[in-house]
Amino acid sequence: MLHIVACIKQVPDTKIIKMNPKTNTMDRASAPAILNPYDAHAVEEAVRLKKRYGGLVSVLTMGPPPAVKAIKKCIEIGADEGYMISDRAFAGADTLATSYALTKALEKISKIHPIDLIICGKMTIDGDTGQVGPGIARRLDIPPLTSVKKVVEVNEKERYMVIHRKLEDGYEVIKSPLPCLLAVEKEINKVPYSPLPNMMKAARYKPIIWAVADLEDIDRTQLGLKGSPTIVSKVWAPPKPQGGTILDGTNDQQVQQLLDIVLEKKELFQ
Amino acid sequence: MNFEDYRGIWVFIEIKDGKVAPVSLELLGAGRELADKRKSQLAGLLIGDGVEEYVQTLYEYGADTVYVYDDPLFNHYRTESFMRAVFDCCEKHKPEVLLYGATANGKDLASAVATDLPTGLTADTTILDIEEDTGLLLASRPAFGGNIMATILCKKYRPQMATVRPKVMKALTPQEGRSGELVRETVDLKEDDIRTKVLEIVRETTKKSSIDEADIIVAGGKGLGSKAGFELIHQFAQVIGAAVGGSRDVVEAGWIPHQNQVGQTGLTVTPKIYFAIGISGAIQHIVGMQNSGLIIAINKDPDAPIFQTCHYGIVGDAHEVVPLLIKAFEKALDRRVSHV
Ligand SMILES: Cc1cc2nc3c(=O)[nH]c(=O)nc-3n(C[C@H](O)[C@H](O)[C@H](O)COP(=O)(O)OP(=O)(O)OC[C@H]3O[C@@H](n4cnc5c(N)ncnc54)[C@H](O)[C@@H]3O)c2cc1C
Ligand SMILES: Cc1cc2nc3c(=O)[nH]c(=O)nc-3n(C[C@H](O)[C@H](O)[C@H](O)COP(=O)(O)OP(=O)(O)OC[C@H]3O[C@@H](n4cnc5c(N)ncnc54)[C@H](O)[C@@H]3O)c2cc1C
Repeated sequence: MLHIVACIKQVPDTKIIKMNPKTNTMDRASAPAILNPYDAHAVEEAVRLKKRYGGLVSVLTMGPPPAVKAIKKCIEIGADEGYMISDRAFAGADTLATSYALTKALEKISKIHPIDLIICGKMTIDGDTGQVGPGIARRLDIPPLTSVKKVVEVNEKERYMVIHRKLEDGYEVIKSPLPCLLAVEKEINKVPYSPLPNMMKAARYKPIIWAVADLEDIDRTQLGLKGSPTIVSKVWAPPKPQGGTILDGTNDQQVQQLLDIVLEKKELFQ
Repeated sequence: MNFEDYRGIWVFIEIKDGKVAPVSLELLGAGRELADKRKSQLAGLLIGDGVEEYVQTLYEYGADTVYVYDDPLFNHYRTESFMRAVFDCCEKHKPEVLLYGATANGKDLASAVATDLPTGLTADTTILDIEEDTGLLLASRPAFGGNIMATILCKKYRPQMATVRPKVMKALTPQEGRSGELVRETVDLKEDDIRTKVLEIVRETTKKSSIDEADIIVAGGKGLGSKAGFELIHQFAQVIGAAVGGSRDVVEAGWIPHQNQVGQTGLTVTPKIYFAIGISGAIQHIVGMQNSGLIIAINKDPDAPIFQTCHYGIVGDAHEVVPLLIKAFEKALDRRVSHV
């Protein structure tokens, strides 16, 4: 039975987030927490593969207790099981510490059901580094496949899969042994509205939650802020541009002024 | 870890379409400044199959040294083979800083190498500086969908690594005949050791969008009202010989294809003239076009944020202003175009 684990993260909706103009900090309360949009595609792809080949879809997140909501959203999309690692000790993790903690959780999950495939989103909309997926793959010593825009085939028996990896001007067809890790593009699928039974299941669903103490062979010095080589030393609002000259007069006059300005670069208009 | 052992600024050199990727040349420009500040050397790290021919170009764009891994094994980019070369080279020669272009492959490679070394990796950097005396790299990047900038440091590990956005750094003017030192390296790796196989590469005929290299871009936004309204943008672009761009909202509305999208999740463009018509100027759009030579905005809302970023603005209705512009330019350029 194919066991696919999608890694998902709850993020503030950056479309709605507001900045406090006085302190130049983010007003986190202004932004509702949502399932990272790229991760919705990761879960959807896992669910589609389950429909095609049979199997089990689990989701895994590291986050504070409210992140349970993001897991429920994945159950709505069609995931079967949800795992969450949540502990003060994980706080402040950069991508290196995040991939370490997630790897420890994946190792524990694989003891319950061996994992054939891990699917991550291309990136998150808050940190948006795209570094966590390849980091997990290296730690588990499985091939990372990023920029994945299509899954062509999964062959569970012969233990390989074939995918399309997006290039700037086309794509490459890659064959990889299982298990491997995919980081998927948005174009890989469309996430439809969730069917009612899934929504009812999600409402009641309680994920399995582990603290650091529940994970085996864990090196605490590699977790959270302590285990993070990168430090965010300063945060500031992007400098406000000063603004340009607004032309005046009638529409005709403005157009004429603009013409003069632009035609100074006459060499550009062959 | 003895920081004294780590010297020099390195740039991972990406080869694309049979030439050095522009972002790699830009990074040599940025790297040169860092190296001079630190009174150290600038090196290129070049990996591929038959790539030695590019070495001279790298010297001319500022590299003092080029480390070369030239082997059929590196015919296609694959994480496992490329990361082995980068990892080995870092272990052997110990750079203080290693920069990669924030391209699909650059990001993939950097994330894998950072995990194995291990070290910190700053993503999508747009501003780089270095402390002269300590060598601490100050890498700044947009986060939270471009709403904030953050300066990221890596104090405890070497090398310090960052991926850097294309088109934000400046390449040096090449110095013809400048030379440097070539260091040939090899990896202890066989084809059978690499688990992934590239079965086929498919080049899509819908070639890459022309806005990437255009001198003039006419970009339209939701303010054009409809796909039919957007025709004005195409007409104007045709009259002045410009490429057509757009905001994400018009791409999502299906008025233009995705490859014409300008901005954070689209393309970063640097034309000599950029027209933003009926575009509000959301931060995610601005980051993709703010380095254009001359920015002209047309918007009916005098408070639209785009006016903060433009050089010249017209407050007015696009449906009135653009037809006038078309007429005026047709006359001035003595050009008649049939509008079908
Ligand atoms: C302003 C700011 C700037 C930052 N800059 C950097 C930086 O330059 N370098 C750096 O190393 N860290 C940086 N960080 C920290 C980084 O955001 C966190 O490490 C974060 O936990 C993971 O990175 P990401 O959100 O970028 O995930 P990405 O790597 O973009 O996520 C890719 C995929 O990994 C999976 N994933 C990511 N996080 C989780 C999770 N918690 N649980 C389950 N799955 C997950 C998801 O599938 C996701 O789609 C920054 C943080 C802030 C606040
Ligand atoms: C993570 C993330 C990534 C994103 N990436 C991108 C990206 O890459 N590129 C991008 O563009 N956006 C991106 N966005 C979306 C961005 O936030 C804005 O929603 C988008 O740029 C707005 O598009 P618009 O200006 O066309 O539309 P609107 O915001 O709807 O603006 C329309 C403008 O037209 C003006 N107008 C209306 N009628 C007329 C008229 N008749 N004549 C003249 N002016 C008129 C209005 O005053 C208004 O200013 C991203 C968002 C997020 C959260």
